[in-house]
Amino acid sequence: MGSRVEILNDGGYRSDGRRQYELRDILIDLTPQGSADGSAQVSHGLTTVLVNVFGPREPRLRSQSLHDRANINVEVLIAPFSTSEHRKRNRGDKRILEFAASIRETFEPVILTNLYPRSQIDIYVQILQQDGGVLQTCINATTLALVTAGIAVKDYVAAVTCGVHSTSPLLDLTNIEESDLPHLTLATIPRTGKVTLVTMETRLHIDRFEAMMRLAKDAGAVVAQEMKVAVKTRTEDLVKSMGGATEGAKLTEEE
Amino acid sequence: MDLDEDEDSTSRITSPGESIISSQAFMRGHGTYLEKDQVVSSVAGTIERVNRLVSVKAIRARKGIFCVTYIPEVGDLVVGRVTEVAARRWKVHINARQDSVLMLGSVNLPGGIQRRKLESDELQMRTFFEEGDLLVAEIQQIMGDGGSSLHTRSLKYGKLRNGMLEIVPSALVRRLKSHFFSLPCGVDIILGLNGFIWIMKHVKDHEQLGEQGFDAEAVYSNQNDDIDQATRGSIARTANIIRVLSKAFVPLTDAILADAYEWFMEQEGSSDVKSILNDEMADQLVAAVTARA
Repeated sequence: MGSRVEILNDGGYRSDGRRQYELRDILIDLTPQGSADGSAQVSHGLTTVLVNVFGPREPRLRSQSLHDRANINVEVLIAPFSTSEHRKRNRGDKRILEFAASIRETFEPVILTNLYPRSQIDIYVQILQQDGGVLQTCINATTLALVTAGIAVKDYVAAVTCGVHSTSPLLDLTNIEESDLPHLTLATIPRTGKVTLVTMETRLHIDRFEAMMRLAKDAGAVVAQEMKVAVKTRTEDLVKSMGGATEGAKLTEEE
Repeated sequence: MDLDEDEDSTSRITSPGESIISSQAFMRGHGTYLEKDQVVSSVAGTIERVNRLVSVKAIRARKGIFCVTYIPEVGDLVVGRVTEVAARRWKVHINARQDSVLMLGSVNLPGGIQRRKLESDELQMRTFFEEGDLLVAEIQQIMGDGGSSLHTRSLKYGKLRNGMLEIVPSALVRRLKSHFFSLPCGVDIILGLNGFIWIMKHVKDHEQLGEQGFDAEAVYSNQNDDIDQATRGSIARTANIIRVLSKAFVPLTDAILADAYEWFMEQEGSSDVKSILNDEMADQLVAAVTARA
């Protein structure tokens, strides 16, 4: 065990100097990319994901067209340079397909798909750097890309990874921690407290589960707040650059 | 956990999931949904109100009004590309959420003959429009699901040839009295409201609209006429000007394009059609055109 990294030392610090419940730096970039209708690049520490959203547009295949709602298509691309071992995965890889499916299922109940019948929303996820918490970063970036694309969504979805070291839960795991600890990824809608995704690929003692869920839910609210601030700032900037052409209406109940 | 508690619900800017106001007193419009007696925003943008109707206008990407998809309205003139030949109809890409439908019954057949409801007609559909063909048409109808249908029942509408296509953001094309016009340089332009712009060789007046010399058979022809070098130059120059103006987000009208063309011809190096694309020249053009407007 001597060569192993100490996950949580006696002083209560983790291998990268964070405390138990501390999240990594969140970087959000909402610059438009090429011809995409909406895009967002999100970093949680060293994990970086770029998401481009296209649509709603005509479905590529007739069979994908749904008469009463939009079809959501998620494609995931893992850059070979995103990990230390440069391995090229092709798009047909079963793990990647499952990963894409879990992103799609996270957003299906959140996007108001019934507003866009017979059309398709394409979500292209590019994983540029991996250092743990890849799924959480993908989900957070997808939320932001959808919002910048102007696609109607019910609310922000925020995801956080939570692991447990003996009895102490840890938030936002790095690659080292992820490979050593049982962990789960939780995507929530913080305002309503609804959970849209929980995944776990490791074994975990049932007694630890509840505490981890609670913690991840609270952390989700913090992440969502961060995302809201980023969107608000961008919207304000855009409105300002339009010279306040759209006068927002003041609303009061008395009127 | 309610994050919105500290948010001022009367602020102008809102983002998804923020409740705007009670649905008891107000009706919900676009960009909102109802949840437990509350009108809740579903997009990031500004709150707009008309009487008791509350809606949220999504604010998107570059310059705020860069609207990538076009929203069709009845009577709009659009330029589109045929993507599919289906049963008694063509599917036309018009840059909207869904491809538009052009029914066999809503096109003019060559020579203006009445359509006979025969199978042979349907089998000949590819002789009128094939996949990849460009056409100009008018929106005839909007379907309940947001789709639209087109018609080409005018001699001004139909298959496009003798020119090139330029695509700009649809917000740059405003509704004008006419979307067909000729520039003094011998180029005709069709400004599609969906942001597709067709630039072509000038059609002489006497060849238009079924007068003498009007070739009915040529309506669905796939063959370009002879275009001389000077006209090709004019077409390319106009296309490049449109590219420059759309990059600078200048709304396009016939007057602006004519002005821009005139300005370009006064410059040195206008014989090189590409020269307008260099940044310095492009900036000067934009400055000159916006100053005159």
